[in-house]
Amino acid sequence: MAVLDAPLIVSSRRDYADSFTLSRYLETGGYEGLRKALTMFPEDVAAEVDKASLLGRGGAGFPAGRKWSMLRRSPISYLVVNGDESEPATFKDHYLVERDPHQLVEGVIIAAYALQVSQVFIFLRGEFALGLERVQQALNDAYAHGALGSKIFGSDFSVDVVVHPGAGAYICGEETALLEALEGKRGFPRIKPPFFPAVTGLYGEPTVVNNVETMSNLPWIISNGGAAFAALGAGRSTGTRLFALAGNVKNPGVFELEMVKNTFRDIIFDPALGGGLAEGRTLKAFIPGGVSAPWFGPELLDTPLGQDEVGGLGSMLGSGSIVVIDDASCVVRATWRITKFFSRESCGQCTPCREGSGWIERAMYRLENGGGRMEDIDLLLDLCDNIAPGLTWPPQQTTICVLGPSIPSSVHSAISMFRDDFVAHVNYGGCPHD
Amino acid sequence: MTDVIRTNVNITVDGRPVQAQPGELLIEAAERAGSYIPRFCYHPRMEPVGVCRMCLVEVEGPRGATLQPACYLKVSEGMSVTTDSDKVKKAQDGVLEFLLANHPLDCPVCDKGGECPLQDQTLAHGSGETRFAEEKRHFVKPIEIGALVLLDRERCIQCARCTRFASDVAGDAQIAFAGRGDLIEVATSPTQPFDSVFSGNTVQICPVGALTAKPYRFSARPWDLEQVESTCTTCAVGCRVAVQSSGNRLTRVLGVDSEPVNHGWLCDKGRFTLDSIDAHEDATDVLSAATRITEPLVRRNGELTAVSWGVALAEAARLLHEAGDADAIGSIGGAALTNEGAFAWERFLRGAIGSEHLDAQFDDGLDPVLLQALPLATIDDAANAPVVLTLTGDLRQELPVLFLRLRESFAQKHRTLIELSSAPSALRSLARHVLSVRPGETPSIAHALISGHLPVGTLVSDAELDQVRSLLGDGSGVVIVVGRANLAEDQRLVDEAIATLAQGLPQARFLVTLRRSNVRGALDMGLGPRLRPGRGVDAAATGRDTHAQLSAMAQGVQRATVLLGGSLLGNVVDQELASAALTASSVIAVTGHGGATLAFADVVLPASVQHERVGTVTNLEGRVTAVAPKIGAPGSAWPDVAIASELALAWGQDLGLGSVELCAQAIEETTGYAALSVLQDQAFDGAVMGLAVTPVARHAMDPMAFPGIRSTKTAGLGESSGTTTLLDSSTTASTSVATFADVHLTRVDVPLADAYALRLVLSRRLYDRGVAMQGSPALAELVEPTTLLVHPSDLDHLGLASGARVQVRAAGGDFEIGVVTDETVVRGTCVAPLGTLDETGANVIASLLDSSSPVTQLRLETR
Repeated sequence: MAVLDAPLIVSSRRDYADSFTLSRYLETGGYEGLRKALTMFPEDVAAEVDKASLLGRGGAGFPAGRKWSMLRRSPISYLVVNGDESEPATFKDHYLVERDPHQLVEGVIIAAYALQVSQVFIFLRGEFALGLERVQQALNDAYAHGALGSKIFGSDFSVDVVVHPGAGAYICGEETALLEALEGKRGFPRIKPPFFPAVTGLYGEPTVVNNVETMSNLPWIISNGGAAFAALGAGRSTGTRLFALAGNVKNPGVFELEMVKNTFRDIIFDPALGGGLAEGRTLKAFIPGGVSAPWFGPELLDTPLGQDEVGGLGSMLGSGSIVVIDDASCVVRATWRITKFFSRESCGQCTPCREGSGWIERAMYRLENGGGRMEDIDLLLDLCDNIAPGLTWPPQQTTICVLGPSIPSSVHSAISMFRDDFVAHVNYGGCPHD
Repeated sequence: MTDVIRTNVNITVDGRPVQAQPGELLIEAAERAGSYIPRFCYHPRMEPVGVCRMCLVEVEGPRGATLQPACYLKVSEGMSVTTDSDKVKKAQDGVLEFLLANHPLDCPVCDKGGECPLQDQTLAHGSGETRFAEEKRHFVKPIEIGALVLLDRERCIQCARCTRFASDVAGDAQIAFAGRGDLIEVATSPTQPFDSVFSGNTVQICPVGALTAKPYRFSARPWDLEQVESTCTTCAVGCRVAVQSSGNRLTRVLGVDSEPVNHGWLCDKGRFTLDSIDAHEDATDVLSAATRITEPLVRRNGELTAVSWGVALAEAARLLHEAGDADAIGSIGGAALTNEGAFAWERFLRGAIGSEHLDAQFDDGLDPVLLQALPLATIDDAANAPVVLTLTGDLRQELPVLFLRLRESFAQKHRTLIELSSAPSALRSLARHVLSVRPGETPSIAHALISGHLPVGTLVSDAELDQVRSLLGDGSGVVIVVGRANLAEDQRLVDEAIATLAQGLPQARFLVTLRRSNVRGALDMGLGPRLRPGRGVDAAATGRDTHAQLSAMAQGVQRATVLLGGSLLGNVVDQELASAALTASSVIAVTGHGGATLAFADVVLPASVQHERVGTVTNLEGRVTAVAPKIGAPGSAWPDVAIASELALAWGQDLGLGSVELCAQAIEETTGYAALSVLQDQAFDGAVMGLAVTPVARHAMDPMAFPGIRSTKTAGLGESSGTTTLLDSSTTASTSVATFADVHLTRVDVPLADAYALRLVLSRRLYDRGVAMQGSPALAELVEPTTLLVHPSDLDHLGLASGARVQVRAAGGDFEIGVVTDETVVRGTCVAPLGTLDETGANVIASLLDSSSPVTQLRLETR
């Protein structure tokens, strides 16, 4: 059974219908973390976050404290919040910006104080119409409340926060493409090196880019101490995490769970969580960390929900999205839909991703819809290999950014795990599930 | 300043130790070490972007060997690189296969076929069979993105060379990517076509056939072409070019990567006017610039009639004898000659006849002795100077590739530009300081820069003057780019300003922006009053410049005039005077093209032109390079050297200069001016006269970066050995070298400004009604009609908006003209482009000028 005794850190207001309002937020301890932070030295605030060992919640899982410590000292530096959550089946930031925008805003101000930056940009996915409205309202309220703007709560610290809606490109979730878009340019990822925006970021200045959920953890961490956060979870995976459960489960949704203490079996099958599969269905596979992650089979259901625990098995916890595929689903179709997404969202800047994604999508389309050839199966693997040489995990890449090696994950997983299904499609001349 | 000690970086390439320069890109270091890494998006003259991924190599790092783009990675100490492992080959083959996936198989009908980097790489490394079984991407093909460039989006491999060139190099970000994924395309804005004057460069650097040039499309196959390396003489920058022909038909001009001059770039005028040379076999109207003069003509019963050379030369000699003494003979023009041609004419006209009235400048230049006395700067000096002061016209319109070189310095390297500005300029937005100069104020602003005291009434503030003066110091590290910014302002005012700057900033050096092709060479060969061959000056001599000659002709004092070039009327500002002069004097016109001026000619001697002749030319910085013939001259046109020699013989003297080689030898032996030595090495970036510049061996031109050049059969083009033995070019052996003591300046009083009038700035446009443009079908339509530019507030007074038509009251009469507002026009002035016609085809500019005054004032009124 699932272990559900940990405190809720980022979804504590989930039962309030007015959780997004300033009044509810203040009633439930809102902005106390910020008030406390402002009594501390900025470096001590950063030290608490470091002590919490908070791993970035955007997908890569880089420790937030370490990222902050890499910020190059400069007269101008920026904090940018990445809220461009656009991947199919990933919707935990969506929940946070709509349901608890003040928590995000408070976290952002705490981070800005710790980093001593005076300008923050929140880059939100443009399709988050309600989220944009609520975050903007929260910012307006925070300004009116004295929690934002000049001389916050009477302290000497001032910061401004601007919300910037994205224009509809998944690639802008890649942090350097996000920075380009924020600068008003085409959302093309920047080539590395320089590897870290903390050295060369927005307008060439040092910039910390953190995820919405990462920021939303900060009020609790400052209020309760980094040690309390680090006491939750195990190993490198501390605290709790939001998981977006999707696919063939009875009860899809966003769940906050203590890291490592629960397994994929718990979140998918516990009646309080996913509630299991539909009657008569069995689990065929699941994607442990978003559609750019390699798939797991049912034999890995007891893997704990921890970064290294999943990483050690050749996939990733990634964006915290878990997609359940049951035995009635067509893995070829699922794979085609995923490749279609990446093909549509490839920015087109570098060759292997631009041309590879389109080629793979078209070959997958033929396999699923008729016209598949037996040689397509190995051709697909070889095309994948030309994007992510060796098809290892973590992947190597011939592309500029990691969107490239995201494309092969599902194709490689599906063919490796279910080659028979592909063969059946070729032999049937289309999808046998239709 | 001490030189920074640069230690080499030690790297390993394919197991071999290699020394690289700090900051060098891996792709370059590996190439020097003999490991050529394939590439598409990389271009040595642009910042790398690493997008095509063709240059992936294995680089050892903390996490083992990873694939990295060699074009983007800078070398670092101890770097170990493998360029030929199986993993690298697989990655590169994969990228090539991806590039070909959507690339159409239309090589047989593609202009690039035969010189295409993608085709070459595919032939060398590609698989013989495609694995791509899908429908290829489709676009409408091709689309016209500008007047000269077509885009076939199906062929595009998204290397971003063209977009980077447009935005980063030219500063004309008119093309950019639109769409995404494999439907990404290069696109223009719906309201802004790709009308950059540098658009042709994108065609040259396109690594596939996506961008094609309208004039060249389908006109030849690369394997039928032959080329020579030469120097473009469309303007005075002296860009090195590869001139290509199919048989005796010119097909294409491509930019050669000359380090000190053009970096491989050209302007569209230099690139595309070649059709003014050989595209008009059926044109016969000698009054049209589109017509090539192919036979000697003599006026018989009022008509120009074709005759033999012997008859024409005898007639010309008779006219010269008939004129009387040497004072009654003069010559105007010569900027289009080679140095050898100019030298031969100078030896005939001054040496044999004894005339001092020679002038290669069309009344739009500067005092020739002042020019020769100025301490010179090279283009490189200007492009590397910490501070550049400009007092010149819009360089993008006048000397486009010089604009590119300077733009790079200001835009990419953030060096300081101070603009003394009388009209809008393309460098304006990059200037640290802009000091507005109204017509007539040029000398007083120059004096203020030296003395620190501003006269009353200028638009310059004391604070800004102080800032500029502190940047200028004593001129150390300052290059001053000077020319005629305003042809309606008396030349003597500009001469005075330049002399003031030169004497007040003794450490500054000058780059003079005379824009006519080989005008510098012609002056260096003595085609100017008081000048002598080899950049010499005869301090005691007096001679008439163009304006004085025209007056003398009109008054009957100068009775015979040799026009070296046939476009006098199209070039001098004072049309009325020119017509009177040409009517009064005997006229011997030596020209390759027809033109309105020939209506006044008594004898027309047909000359070979650019790309038809051998010789040397000198660019605006004083660099002597070789021009080479690619095609034969039409009909019985002769080289200038031959015409001068034969006319001298007919007149009665053997110059002993019967061939280009003899001329070059004579120039070098008698004056020390580089000629024969340059002529003997065509693939050479030349010697700069007056400066000790060490010739540098040229880099091999990468066929991936300069497609179309390396793949074409060559006569004398390629890497220069750089071993040419030069004479010591820092001294000249002939008559005395010019000093400021030889400069005779005349002070000119400027009338007070009329508060109700606007002062006229006559500017230049690249696309004007000159011979090259009129003769070129590709470019002729790009000449825009005359408009008057004014500052918005000056138009507000009249209650009119931009685009309105106004009544102009000018010295030459009243007429109507369209006005356009521009915030960067100096208040109280208006700007009109010389060499343009209004919508009705009338040359209203000629009527604007008040030649009786050193500045021209106009009144605008509502209709």
